[in-house]
Amino acid sequence: MSIIQVEGLTKSFRIAERKAGFFGAVSGLFSRHYRNVEALRDVSFEINAGELVGYIGPNGAGKSTTIKILAGILVPSSGRCEVNGRVPWRQRRDHVASIGVVFGQRTQLWWDLPVIESFDLLRDIYRVSQDRYVATRDELIELLDLRDFLDTPVRQLSLGQRVRCDIAASLLHEPTIVFLDEPTIGLDAVSQLSVRAFIKQIAEERHVTVLLTTHDLDDIEAICDRLIVINDGNLLLDGTIDDLRSRYGDGRYIAVELESFKDVPHEHEDLVVERSDSHILFCIENDVPAFINHVLAEYPVKDLLVTHPPIERVVASMYQTERIAS
Amino acid sequence: MIHAIGLFGRLYLTSIRAKMQYRAAFILLVCGTFFIGAMEALGIWALFDRFGNLGVWSLAHVAFLYGTVNIVFSSVDITARGFDTFGAGLIQTGQFDRVLVRPTYVAILVASRDVGLHQLGRLLQGLLVFAYALYALDIDWTVGKVLLYVFAVIGMYVFFFGIQIIRATMCFWTIETLELVNMFSHGGQETAQYPMSIYNESFTKFFTYVIPLACVAYFPIVAVLEVDEPLGSTMLFQYLSPLAAFVFFGCCLFFWFFGVKRYQSTGS
Repeated sequence: MSIIQVEGLTKSFRIAERKAGFFGAVSGLFSRHYRNVEALRDVSFEINAGELVGYIGPNGAGKSTTIKILAGILVPSSGRCEVNGRVPWRQRRDHVASIGVVFGQRTQLWWDLPVIESFDLLRDIYRVSQDRYVATRDELIELLDLRDFLDTPVRQLSLGQRVRCDIAASLLHEPTIVFLDEPTIGLDAVSQLSVRAFIKQIAEERHVTVLLTTHDLDDIEAICDRLIVINDGNLLLDGTIDDLRSRYGDGRYIAVELESFKDVPHEHEDLVVERSDSHILFCIENDVPAFINHVLAEYPVKDLLVTHPPIERVVASMYQTERIAS
Repeated sequence: MIHAIGLFGRLYLTSIRAKMQYRAAFILLVCGTFFIGAMEALGIWALFDRFGNLGVWSLAHVAFLYGTVNIVFSSVDITARGFDTFGAGLIQTGQFDRVLVRPTYVAILVASRDVGLHQLGRLLQGLLVFAYALYALDIDWTVGKVLLYVFAVIGMYVFFFGIQIIRATMCFWTIETLELVNMFSHGGQETAQYPMSIYNESFTKFFTYVIPLACVAYFPIVAVLEVDEPLGSTMLFQYLSPLAAFVFFGCCLFFWFFGVKRYQSTGS
């Protein structure tokens, strides 16, 4: 059953154009030119309860705009949108009581208060009963390993600690849907791994629907079963990661480790992704076995590894293909 | 609604506690606002000492008006600080989005987010001037006058609070807080400290019928002090005039709701 329905969603902003420099700023006070920016053009998708969906696109693609519309913050220019059977911006208060939102770059916690007091205030804002609150809170503290800094003011937390607290804060009222806007941005590798593992676990245990925007495709591979890609306000792809690969990057990476850097033929330069004295990395679209045979015959091969191209590369090639197409 | 009021109380106390963490800044700011107010009051005293009365208004009469206005204005500054710093604190930083994803009234979260405790100094100063006026004037307090005075004080509070809401609402269009609107907040405070009868007629009309500042300060206090009134208002008008502030406040709230809706359809 679909819990989020988006149909023909369009949003345009009127942006005042500024001329550069001081005099430009002054003249902008008196006459302004406006320009319409289409942040979303006719975007449609449905998300079922319990799905973990990654929402990606380059900067300015319209990801945040979509999240803000789904969260009831913005009203679209046209199109239909229902979340949990409600129109977000019309029934804002009822709607937001059943969702959780994390903006990775902004905290929802009270800057000068200990973490635990922020949690208490959220209990009051969301009117969670004391029993449920204590049970949920303690479980989240346990899962996210927050115990050591519950009494620390938020302004003194590290980014990794703060993001974990923010995620816990967004789940205290047991929402059925969680929107995560770049939750792993700026985190170190260890924190990234723990945040990913947690999102996956909590979504499965509590049957929470997750819509996650990110620039880090490892997030998607680790967490999501489905991927929606937008670029320039248009929906480019809605499918699994395998769909993405088969459409835009159905090749193989062949990493060759060399015995010596002598006697290495310089050929197929268009297929070489990386080259060093001891390594060559090829990206091959067709007839992989034949190419491997060729390499084994002509190159001083010490070792050879065949892999999928990293998803970054697939997405980059997709953006490029679409840019040429449009 | 009851839940919302209780929630406001809790969040507001939280903001007070957060402010108190910066103790040195708090103490210095309180002393600062106290002495700024005290210098101003001293200036008024010096003028009266040199030039005598202002028409029928003695120093004690002006002190009564001045004290009242400053008590109320600083109370508004203390309690409506969230609206005061709305542009820089919520709109420019994009934090307003966070406010919109909470299942309660936006105005409650905005109002309780910040508290202007530094104005306690000004409040104290206003109370001292007011105490002097009470001591010097020997007012014949009837039940009617007490009720009128309370009515006027609440009206004045609501009036200045409304101005702060307008200031904040403008930020939906301008992003920044407009200094222009300070004309009505701080300018209004300055204006209301003195009897309206000293200003010229069009100015007085503007502050009666357009921005109903005189309706919560001058007119009701004329009735309380029983001084002669050269503007020719009737006793009935003086008793009813604070009502205008509530109408004004309603308009301010309406403007606020309109602003929030606009943000939702244009914000980025």
